[in-house]
Amino acid sequence: MSKSNFSRRGVLKTGAAFGGALAAPTFFTSAANAFTNAPGASAVTLGFNVPQSGAYADEGADELRAYELAVKHLNGEGDGGMLNTFSSKVLDGTGILGRKVEYVTGDTQTKSDAARASARSMIEQDGAIMITGGSSSGVAVAVQGLCQEAGVIFMSGLTHSNDTTGKDKKANGFRHFFNAYMSAAALAPVLSANYGNDRNAYHLTADYTWGWTQEESIAAATESLGWNTVNKVRTPLGAGDFSQYITPILNSGADTLILNHYGRDMVNSLTQAVQFGLRDRQVNGKDFQIVVPLYSRLMAQGAGENVKGIFGSTNWHWSLQDEASQAFVRSFGQEYGFPPSQAAHTCYVQALLYADAVQRAGDFNPCAVVEALEGFEFDGMGNGPTLYRADDHQCFKDVLVVKGKDNPSNQFDLLEVVDVTPAEQVTYAPDHPMFAGGELGTCNPGA
Amino acid sequence: MFGSKISDSMLMILFVIVVALVPLLAAPFGAGYPALMQFFAIFGIFAIGFNILFGLTGYLSFGHAAFLGVGSYSAVWMFKLLSMNVLPALFLSVIIAGLFALVIGFVSLRRSGIYFSILTLAFAQMSYKLAYSVLTPITNGETGLQLALDDPRILDGERVAGQLPSPTFFGLDMNATTDVAVLGMDVQLNVGYFFSAAFLVLAFWIAMRIFRSPFGLMLKAVKTNQNRLNYTGVNTRPYTLAAFVISGMYAGLAGGLLACMDPLAGAERMVWTASGEVVLMTILGGAGTLLGPIIGASVIKFAEAKLSKFNENVVEAWFSFLPEGLGDSIAFVVAKFVGDGWHLTLGLVFMLVVTFLPGGLVEGARRIGGYLGRRGHKGDLDKLGSNVQGGKSTTAE
Repeated sequence: MSKSNFSRRGVLKTGAAFGGALAAPTFFTSAANAFTNAPGASAVTLGFNVPQSGAYADEGADELRAYELAVKHLNGEGDGGMLNTFSSKVLDGTGILGRKVEYVTGDTQTKSDAARASARSMIEQDGAIMITGGSSSGVAVAVQGLCQEAGVIFMSGLTHSNDTTGKDKKANGFRHFFNAYMSAAALAPVLSANYGNDRNAYHLTADYTWGWTQEESIAAATESLGWNTVNKVRTPLGAGDFSQYITPILNSGADTLILNHYGRDMVNSLTQAVQFGLRDRQVNGKDFQIVVPLYSRLMAQGAGENVKGIFGSTNWHWSLQDEASQAFVRSFGQEYGFPPSQAAHTCYVQALLYADAVQRAGDFNPCAVVEALEGFEFDGMGNGPTLYRADDHQCFKDVLVVKGKDNPSNQFDLLEVVDVTPAEQVTYAPDHPMFAGGELGTCNPGA
Repeated sequence: MFGSKISDSMLMILFVIVVALVPLLAAPFGAGYPALMQFFAIFGIFAIGFNILFGLTGYLSFGHAAFLGVGSYSAVWMFKLLSMNVLPALFLSVIIAGLFALVIGFVSLRRSGIYFSILTLAFAQMSYKLAYSVLTPITNGETGLQLALDDPRILDGERVAGQLPSPTFFGLDMNATTDVAVLGMDVQLNVGYFFSAAFLVLAFWIAMRIFRSPFGLMLKAVKTNQNRLNYTGVNTRPYTLAAFVISGMYAGLAGGLLACMDPLAGAERMVWTASGEVVLMTILGGAGTLLGPIIGASVIKFAEAKLSKFNENVVEAWFSFLPEGLGDSIAFVVAKFVGDGWHLTLGLVFMLVVTFLPGGLVEGARRIGGYLGRRGHKGDLDKLGSNVQGGKSTTAE
C-alpha cells in the first residue's frame, strides 16, 4: 500500500510539473511570428510530400523530379523551363522574394495517416512553409485538412476526386489538376460523336471516394446523352484479378464498359477485359467499347497494346505543341532523358504558381498567398488560359480528350490528343450538387 | 512478494523524469518535434496495452490495430458532435474500444495459439474493410473522417467563423507549442505531447499494478501452462478475456489520443500491417517487460520518421567523398535500406534482436549492465520490471 501512496504522490508531482510547463505556452509562440514557419532572410523551405512507395510510387517519383526541376528554375539554374512562357513575370530566378528555395521530401505511402505524419514532420521539424504533392485524392483531402489546421499552404498534386475542391475544400488548399466532373463533361461530346447516343454502359468502379465521384460524374454525363446505365459494380481497391467482375458483363446486354479505375487497377482491369475478348464482341448490333475516363501515360505504358483506340481524358500531355508545354518537355527531357507525365506537369506548375503568388503578394503569409491566388488568371503553363477560381480554389482550364494511339512511334508516344475541350464547357457552378456540402472557410496563417 | 516496492517506486519516478525530459533528450537527434514525440507517447501506450495481453498471457493478437482505429473514429465523432474538449472524446474511445474488444475477444478466445491469432487478424481485416468502404457514412471511407465547419458540436459555444477548431483540454490547445532555446538547441514544448505523456505515465502505472497483482500472476500462469490451470479447475477464460479487454481499451485510448493530436481517423490505421507493427514494437523492446514495449515503440517510430526520409540523393551525398565508382556502388546498396526501403532495415534489426536477444532491447541493456560488473547493485536493470527476472527473484524469496 505504501507503494501506491508513493506513486500517487509521484503522479501528483508530475501533474504539477506538467501544469507548470503548460501554464506558459501560447503567448510565447504567437508573439514570435505572424504565421507558421516564417522563413529567414536567406532561404525558404518547401515540403514535397509524394508517394515514394506503394501503388503510386511511379507517379511519386515523377512528381519529385518535377519539383526538383521547379526548384532549380526558381533558383535561376537550368534553362528556366516554363518560367519563360508563364504570363506572370515577377519570378526572376533569384528564388522567392530573394530567398533561395530549399526543399525537404516526405513519403505519403498513399495512406492518409502516413501522409499526414510526414507532412507534420516537414512542418514542425523542417519548417516547411508550403506542402505540395500527392497522388491520391484521399491523401490530398487528408493533407489539405492538416495544412488548414497547421496554417500552411497546400498545393495539391494529382488528385481527381470532386471532393478535393468540393465538399472537402479548404481555404489553404489549391488544386491545379482537373476533376472527375470535368473529365465527364469533356468526354461526353466525344463519346457521343464516336459511339452514338443509345449505348448501354456498364461501370466497374474502384470502391472508394474517388471512384464513386467519377462514377457519379460519368454516369450523369452519359445519361444526359441518352445512354442507359446497365449496372454499376464496385471493385475493391487493388483487386488484382478482375475476372469475376468482367464475366457478368458478357451477359448483361451492355455494349460499353466504363472503367473507373486508376493506376495498377486500371492496368489490370483493362488488360483482363481485353483478354476476355470484350472488344471483339458485338452487342445490340454495335461494337463493344471500353472507356477509361482518367488516363495517364504511365498507366498506358503499363497496359501496353490494350490501350489502342480507347478514349479517356487527361490534364496535360507531353506531345502538346504549345510553346509552354514544349519548353517544359525540353527542360525535363534534358534533365532526366524522358518526357514528363501529367503528374509531373501539375506538380511543377503548382510549385511555380505558389512561388509566383508569394512574389506578387510580397509576403509569405499564407493569407496573403491565398489572396494572390484567388481569382488569379494566367497563361503559358501548358493548359492555355487558366483561372484559379476564388469560390473553391479549383483551376479552370481546357481538358484534353485522348485516345490510345494505334501506331505508337516510341515507348512514350502512347496517347494522341483527339479533342481539346474548352474551359467554358467544363466549368460548373460552385454550388453544383456534386460539389456541395463543404465550406471553404477562411485562410489560417497558423501561429 | 511482487517485486521490490522501493525499486518500483524508483522506476516510476525515473520513468516520469525521462518522459518529462523527452523534448530535451530528443532534440539533438532531430526527433524533438511535436508529431514524433506524441507518437512516442501514444504508441508507447498502445504497446504497453498490447504487452498486457501478449507479454502476460502469451496470446498473440494480430488485430489490435482495429481497436486503435475504433478509438480514433469514436474520438473524431465526439469532436464532430459534442465538443472539441478531449476528455469526452477519450472517454468514448476507451469505452467503445473496450466493448469492441469484448465482442472480438469473446469469440476469438475460444481458441488459442495460431487459431487465436488468425481469428483476431480476420476480425481486424474485416473492420478495416468495413471502415474502408461499407461503413463510409460513418467512417468517410478511404478519405478518412475529418472535422467539418458545419459539424454540430453542441456543447461548444462560439467559434471563429470559417476556421476549424482544434482539440483542447479546457482551453489548452493541443497544438500549442513553446519554443525554448537550450544549449543552442530549439526545444519544442508541446501541450499535446505532455498531455499524451501524462496518459503514458498513467498507463505505465496501471500496467505496473497489473503486473504485480494476483490477477497478473494468474495471467502469467496462463502463459506458462494453460492446460495445467484448466486441470486444476481454474476457468482461465474470464482472466484472458479481461486481459484482452484491458489491452483493447489501451489501444482505444491510444487511438483516441492520436485523434486528439491530429483530428483525423483513417481506415489505414486498422490495416493488418498496423497490427503487425505493435507486435514488432513489443518484441523488439522486450515482450513481458514493463519498459520494453515503450522502448520498442519509440525506436520503431523514430526509425520510421528518420530512415524513411533519406532518399537516394541524400545517401549519394554521404558517400560523395569516396572515389566515383565505389561511392556510387556503396550508395546504391545503402539506399536500399533507407527511404522507402527502411522496412528492410527494420526487418534485419528485428531478426538480429530475435536471434541474439530474445528478450528484446531490454535484455540487451541488462546484459550490458551485467558486463559493466555492477553486481553490487544487483539488478538495477533487473528492476526494469522483466517478469522473467522478477519471477525468478520472487521464487527465490
